[in-house]
Amino acid sequence: MTDNLLPQPSKRLPVPSGSGSPPRPSGEIAGGSDRLWRLAAMPMLLFFVIPIIAIFFRISPLDWLHTLQERSVLQAIRISLMSSVVSLVVIVIAGTPLAFLISRPRFRFKIVIDTIGDLPTVLPPSVAGVALLITLGRQGMIGQWLSLLGVQIPFTLAAVIIAQIFIAAPFFVRSATVGFASVEDDILQAAQLDGANRWQMMRYIFLPLSQSALISGAVMSWSRALGEFGATILFAGNLPGRTQTMPMAIYLGFEVNLEMALTLSVILVSISFIALLVVKRIIRPN
Amino acid sequence: MKRILLLFLVLACCLAACQPKGEAPPARPQEISVSAAASLTESFTELVRQFEVLHPEYKVVLNFAGSQALAEQINNGAPVDVFVSASQKTMQSVVDANHISPDAVQLFLSNVLVVAVPANNPGQITQLTDLARPGLKLVIAASEVPVGMYTKEFLLKASGTAGYPSTYSEDVLANVVSYEDNVKSVITKVLLGEADAGIVYSTDAASSPAGTVQTVAIPAEVNVPASYFIAPVTGSKFQAEARTFIEYVLSDSGQAILSSYGFLTVR
Repeated sequence: MTDNLLPQPSKRLPVPSGSGSPPRPSGEIAGGSDRLWRLAAMPMLLFFVIPIIAIFFRISPLDWLHTLQERSVLQAIRISLMSSVVSLVVIVIAGTPLAFLISRPRFRFKIVIDTIGDLPTVLPPSVAGVALLITLGRQGMIGQWLSLLGVQIPFTLAAVIIAQIFIAAPFFVRSATVGFASVEDDILQAAQLDGANRWQMMRYIFLPLSQSALISGAVMSWSRALGEFGATILFAGNLPGRTQTMPMAIYLGFEVNLEMALTLSVILVSISFIALLVVKRIIRPN
Repeated sequence: MKRILLLFLVLACCLAACQPKGEAPPARPQEISVSAAASLTESFTELVRQFEVLHPEYKVVLNFAGSQALAEQINNGAPVDVFVSASQKTMQSVVDANHISPDAVQLFLSNVLVVAVPANNPGQITQLTDLARPGLKLVIAASEVPVGMYTKEFLLKASGTAGYPSTYSEDVLANVVSYEDNVKSVITKVLLGEADAGIVYSTDAASSPAGTVQTVAIPAEVNVPASYFIAPVTGSKFQAEARTFIEYVLSDSGQAILSSYGFLTVR
């Protein structure tokens, strides 16, 4: 699935492999009978599906609606939505130039910059949290200077947003890179011949042609930001009504208030499912 | 939990690897299996080292985990000789399941709450009432974990005590910038200087690297101590050995080791 959404940069538009299949005579999958493959795929599929379905079975719709009205639940939803939307805006604005840079065919340190851009996706979020804390914390490398100016980031909503950006941005950058790289050279040359300037190239060529990659990257980044937990709890702490997001409320709530954890889980699973569905539709409109 | 499982696995592998190779000395030391609360990890490891020097005929196998998890194991028939719990409630659950005799349970240790502040004390906290000063950044444990529960109890107790304003609890809680999910996260935020103060067990403050935290004591009349209980498990085949170990824990030298880790001994 990740391969689908984060394909390696290529000259062509990303054609997802794995899920779905290229057109073939109906009912046949290369290398064997259709039914056998379906059967063999079942264990993995059920492994994903059953625990998620279990969440929905465990809480009745009435209880769900009832819990949804609790103050702490509403607060967590509000903070999650607010922070993830702000994160997304920052990611798109700051991530687009980086993605564009990485998408250029050759330049100095390309592979290093490309790798750095991907690093946060493979780092454990707890590492990201510690790193942010010792950088932007009150005694941190940069934080100590900010502190002198009266700016303290840890334990604030800003910290929640920064943690989300750190973890979620690579999803957008990766997807946008692929989008930009897929713009054909002929088109670029034609535009240059017509005297298009840098801004016009971006506005009329790159952005429209990589539209689907940009949107799907943004959706992926947003849903990842919404689910961010590890870096956030380390860097931003946990204070209901101020920094407590949905994943944190689930983690701390599940021992004493399972209803609350389940209610929020249902919301997060639904959002993630819809977000992924949207992304798949954009990448493969048919 | 994951870490504990992993530790368990590694331990299991080590044991499995060691046994066949063992040189099988004529008298193999008798094993005593002790399940102890996770907060005793450092102190009990040292205590057992001393015990084995004193009693080379015994070998103590330690199993550390949350008291609740250990109680669950014993109640499900795990072959354990001695159980050490960090709360009375958990010990009681094993007594209720008839795996420990109520008369055998002994209170042997307590861990009190202290206020920990970073070495440079940015919030200038010298007494408990300073915690109520507006604008302070205070980090405590969430009330879902025992230490967080004790913290809330302490604040309520202080609010009703002479010398503290009646709004003490609310004022202090208004300064909380984060409710952490365990006590180690609280002390870490203090160590890093991110919080002006945190409320932790005295053992957590004592086991922090030297010179990184200062503490402000919480007087006994408002403190809410965590109590540790020890008892032999009824189903154990090694009652005498279990008793020998418990006697050592309760002895002066045993208690001295524990108090060197910041625990309050009660004997």
